[in-house]
Amino acid sequence: MAHMGVESERIHFSWVSSAESTKFVRVVNEVTEAVRALGPNRRFVKSHGLDRQSYDEKAA
Amino acid sequence: MIGYIDKIKQISKQILEDCKVDMVIGFRRGTVPMMNEPCVAKTEDDVDQFVWDGHCGINLANYLMGRKEKIGIVAKGCDTRNIVTHIIENKIDRDQLYIIGVPCKGMIDRRQVNNRFEGVREVIDQGDTVKIIGADFEEKLDKTDLLQSNCATCTHPNPVIHDELVGDPVEVPTDIDQWADVRKIEAMSTEDKWGYFDDLLKECIRCYACRNACPLCYCPTCFVDESTPQWVGKSQDPIDVRTFHFLRAFHCAGRCTDCGACERACPVGINMRVFTQKLEKDCYDLYGWEAGLTTDVRPPLDTYRADDPEEFIK
Ligand code: SF4
Ligand code: SF4
Repeated sequence: MAHMGVESERIHFSWVSSAESTKFVRVVNEVTEAVRALGPNRRFVKSHGLDRQSYDEKAA
Repeated sequence: MIGYIDKIKQISKQILEDCKVDMVIGFRRGTVPMMNEPCVAKTEDDVDQFVWDGHCGINLANYLMGRKEKIGIVAKGCDTRNIVTHIIENKIDRDQLYIIGVPCKGMIDRRQVNNRFEGVREVIDQGDTVKIIGADFEEKLDKTDLLQSNCATCTHPNPVIHDELVGDPVEVPTDIDQWADVRKIEAMSTEDKWGYFDDLLKECIRCYACRNACPLCYCPTCFVDESTPQWVGKSQDPIDVRTFHFLRAFHCAGRCTDCGACERACPVGINMRVFTQKLEKDCYDLYGWEAGLTTDVRPPLDTYRADDPEEFIK
C-alpha cells in the first residue's frame, strides 16, 4: 500500500490477544491519532465520476 | 536459435513416437509478425509446424493446469520456474511432464520494434542480431537493444527442471540489477508514488489480457469476476482499476517469476510488472525467496517460521 502511495501513517498492523484490553485501547488510540493528524483520506477513495475538486467540495 | 529448433522437433517427434506423451506444447508462427502462438502437436506431422526464435514470449506453463494427459512442453527458463510453481500447487504432476528445456537468449520486445519502424512485415531473429523487414526497408539491429525489459534483466535464463536440454546452458550475467525500476519508485515521495501509478494505469481498459496470459492466474473465478460478494468495482474508475492491479499482484506474491507474459499481452502497453516486481523484491529481501527454483521448499507465503520478519506488527 505504501509503495503505491498511500500514506504509511494510515497503515497499521497489530496483534492483540482477547486478553489484552489495555493494548487494544492503546492501538485504537494510536491509529486514531495518526489518521486524524493526516486529515481526510484523499487517495484510494472512489470519485464516483466526479472530478477531484467537486468531490472534495461534496466531501467537505 | 537455428540449432534449437531442429533439436526441439527431433525430441518432440521421438517422445510422441515412443508414446511417452500424448501431446507436445510448443510454438508455431503467428499470423502477425513477432507473435508466435502456442501449438499443441499430437502427431509427428504437427511437430513440423514448430518454430523457435525470439518471438516465443508467451508462457506455455499457462496451458498445463489440471491436464490429465502426459504432456511434452517446450520451456524457457521462466516457463520452467512456473512449471515448478504448478507442481508445488498441485496443478500438474511432474510425472505427467516431459520438459524440453530451452536455454533462453531473451525475447524481442515487439513494441520497441513497432515504435522504431513503421509497417514492419517480418522480424527475423538471427541470434545476436535481428533483421527487420518492411515494405521498403531492411534493417539490422543488435538483439540486446530490442529485448523485453524483463529479459534484459533475467537472472534464470536456463531451465531449472528439464528432461532434456536443446542446447548448452547460456551464460548468466551477474552484474545486473533486476529491480532497478522498483528502487526508483521506492525512492519517490508518497505523493509521487501515488501519481506514478495513476499515470501508469490511466490507459488501462480492464480487458484482463494480463491476467489471462498469466500462468499463476488460474482461479476458476477470479476475484474481479465475482459478484457475491463483489470484491472490486467493475468500472473504469481509477480506483477500481488500481484495486484490480494491486490485488492481482498480491495474488502472485512469492509465485511470480517475472516472465513478462502480462506486459507482453497488454494491448495498450502498460508495464504492470512494477506491481509484481515489488512483491518479488520484497519476497527476496524478507525471505531470501525466488519463486519456482525448486519443488523441495514450500513458498514463504504458505509456511510459518518463528523467525519470520514482523517489524511491521506493532
Ligand atoms: S488475479 Fe487472483 S483471483 Fe484473479 S485469477 Fe489471478 S490469482 Fe486468481
Ligand atoms: S492487459 Fe493492459 S489494458 Fe488489459 S487489463 Fe491488463 S493492464 Fe489493463
